[in-house]
Amino acid sequence: MPASTSPTFADRLDPESERWLAELRGARREEAVGRLHARLTRTAGAEVSRRAGRIPFSGPELDDVVTQAAADATVAVLAKLDDFRGESRFTTWASKFAILEVSNKVGRHLWRSGGVHLDPEAWDSMPDRFGVGPDREAETRQLLDRLRVAVESELSERQRRIFEAIVLNEVPLDVLTVELDTNRNAIYKALFDARRKLRAALVADGLIDE
Amino acid sequence: MTAPNPDQDPLARFLTTDPADVGCGEALALLDVYVDRLLDGEDVDARYPGIVAHLRDCGPCAEDFDGLLASARADRER
Repeated sequence: MPASTSPTFADRLDPESERWLAELRGARREEAVGRLHARLTRTAGAEVSRRAGRIPFSGPELDDVVTQAAADATVAVLAKLDDFRGESRFTTWASKFAILEVSNKVGRHLWRSGGVHLDPEAWDSMPDRFGVGPDREAETRQLLDRLRVAVESELSERQRRIFEAIVLNEVPLDVLTVELDTNRNAIYKALFDARRKLRAALVADGLIDE
Repeated sequence: MTAPNPDQDPLARFLTTDPADVGCGEALALLDVYVDRLLDGEDVDARYPGIVAHLRDCGPCAEDFDGLLASARADRER
């Protein structure tokens, strides 16, 4: 049975969500799709404005991000309409697609304009980011030397590549997903496992507490 | 859930993972539900500990969460 006709499902829906679903499935669907697209364009626009200080490009390129994110989010919402279970408001559910598309488009734009470059000297900047204090330089050096050995000996090639890109070179995760043709979850999981392995190695050597 | 220890050194803090962390896939799948429940005043820390753990550790998902929260909050204020 279609979700919209299920009494249990309908009971959970707030009136605005119910109206959106009815209109997007009704005789005047085209008008409703136009309203959805306009709404997602506003959501994407508000989101790039909110992130403005953290996105290193602006102007027409940023306008393109909004346009493409809204268009792709609209397509995604319509394709997944039957997946909407009414556990959130329809507008929140639909806005999520616009916001995730903004992340995706920004990552793709950054990848196209700069790609991923790994600096062989990146380890040199590690004491600034992970040092344990200026009065403990020897301790910091010992810790980072051991970490570097563990990165070579404990991590798989893929984990090492991801660790070097994200941790050493501060490549944004959404840029690396494009470079490696994968998704955010796969990279996060690889880095999560890498962190766990590296921590175990440093704990085993007594360099950090259990 | 393993809360971050402010007394830890930066590297130890970075390497500490939380077994409750559900990862990006599950966190993003439920992000809209999480945001609406949060705005409804529910105790999301207790109900979604795996998402809380994930958003604490994953910068990109935390950015998406901040954006969706701002968007949903603005919707409610209209």
